[in-house]
Amino acid sequence: MNSEKTSPPAPDGAWSPRIVAFFCNWCTYTAADLAGVSRLKYAPNARVIRLMCSGRVDPQFVLDAFARGADGVLIGGCHPGDCHYAEGNFKMLRRFQLLKRLLRDMGIEEPRLRLEWISAAEGEKVKAVINDMTARLKSLGPLGLPRQFAEWDSEVVKLTETIQEQETKEAEVTHAS
Amino acid sequence: MPAKPKVAFYWCASCGGCEEAVVDLAEDILGVVEVLDIAFWPVAMDFKKADVKALPDQALVATLLNGAIRTSEQEEMAHLLRRKSQYLIAYGACAHLGGIPSLANQFSREQLLRYVYEETPTIANEAKTRPLPSSQSNGNRVTLPEFREVVRALDQVVEVDYYVPGCPPTPKLTKAAVVALLEGKLPPKGSVLAPDIALCDQCPRKATKPVDVSFTEFKRPHLTALDPEKCLLAQGVVCMGPATRGGCEAVCPAANMPCTGCFGPTSRVRDQGAKILSSLCANVAAKDEAGIVKVLDGIPDPVGTFYRYGLAKSLLRRKADVAAAEKMPAS
Ligand code: SF4
Ligand code: SF4
Ligand code: FES
Repeated sequence: MNSEKTSPPAPDGAWSPRIVAFFCNWCTYTAADLAGVSRLKYAPNARVIRLMCSGRVDPQFVLDAFARGADGVLIGGCHPGDCHYAEGNFKMLRRFQLLKRLLRDMGIEEPRLRLEWISAAEGEKVKAVINDMTARLKSLGPLGLPRQFAEWDSEVVKLTETIQEQETKEAEVTHAS
Repeated sequence: MPAKPKVAFYWCASCGGCEEAVVDLAEDILGVVEVLDIAFWPVAMDFKKADVKALPDQALVATLLNGAIRTSEQEEMAHLLRRKSQYLIAYGACAHLGGIPSLANQFSREQLLRYVYEETPTIANEAKTRPLPSSQSNGNRVTLPEFREVVRALDQVVEVDYYVPGCPPTPKLTKAAVVALLEGKLPPKGSVLAPDIALCDQCPRKATKPVDVSFTEFKRPHLTALDPEKCLLAQGVVCMGPATRGGCEAVCPAANMPCTGCFGPTSRVRDQGAKILSSLCANVAAKDEAGIVKVLDGIPDPVGTFYRYGLAKSLLRRKADVAAAEKMPAS
């Protein structure tokens, strides 16, 4: 049984980073498609989620991805000036800047969040970025927030169990008398 | 005459403001006492833990518990009161979301203890004595509660039925909660007992809130002469109103101060900090990286600003590498 959700074992059993990738439908997602059609080989570590625009990436998605076990989050959008909704990628760029600082303050290293402009024609760039990010995350090691949460909460779980035991004992005594 | 319903008030890691809020019911508290039997209220009445233990399970209609959970003793009391109460109510921002005490989740326990008992400028403790969970004194064993690694909201320790938000909750909301309990007119379990709308909807400055705010700088409220009527965001001051639940009737903007977010998010938002970050950043005027960074430098402490009352219940909960730092051998 493998209950370790945070680090998918590679075929050789070693840990390999898990990247959640939010790609804009109009550019980076199409580029990833192109990379596939062109049979470019690159690291299998990114789980791609397609959105209509990088401006749709709610910072809650990013935090939630980390909280659920992502080792890195990659956001791909249209080059500045090319966003189909005019301003979406600028909004993302601004959120990215403060999110980076907030993550740093919360102990999450900078390379774990990355923003890239990748046009629909840049299949090669998808490959290069994912390979590079995978390599960097490999040298950083797992973030493993779900495991950390469980570790932090073991103190509470232990006390809860002790109290439950006591209550059961007390109940037995009451019933016996 | 049937016996009056029994209630309890309890406090954990809190400042006392929530207790004050109950007292602030003023004459109304007398009305409360008339219809309720206060069975346990350490701050005001001389009952002991043993009295609570002696009650049958669920003998209390409700316990209003304020404060975050930081020690093993607070956990034990939370379990005990949970068992003795039909309704357990997280009262105030700390029990609801972790509150100001949960900002300590940016540091390890070791960092905190070292600072408080060794490094604080006002401390003289050459022997570096620290409180221990168990020690010997004159042949007696003396015990203290464990100081936990993490600060928690109440529902991260035991099941909670309802939440009364605020730092502290207003008398009006407190009264409404007590009345709802007595009349049995309660919303679905797990609800926050306050309107599920953004604070801006209740703010007297709402009319001046621009549809398109555009930030060229962020001003600190203590360094800025604030217009008493214009929306604070329109004045370039970080106001948590758009990401915060209403219910306080915008007392802070009414007193010419920005909202700092004590009511927590509405039910549609999971992470209050991420939400306000999203909305503020989207409206920064600059489009180039250097310009953007310069404007955002006006928010020097995003964690302390956006999660002032709710770090414990944020998606990340606590600084990630803190646990690793704690495990490192002391040099
Ligand atoms: S002052 Fe704050 S709470 Fe009032 S409308 Fe503006 S942003 Fe909303
Ligand atoms: S305005 Fe904001 S900080 Fe002030 S009481 Fe209301 S919710 Fe709390
Ligand atoms: S449409 Fe691609 S970033 Fe907006």
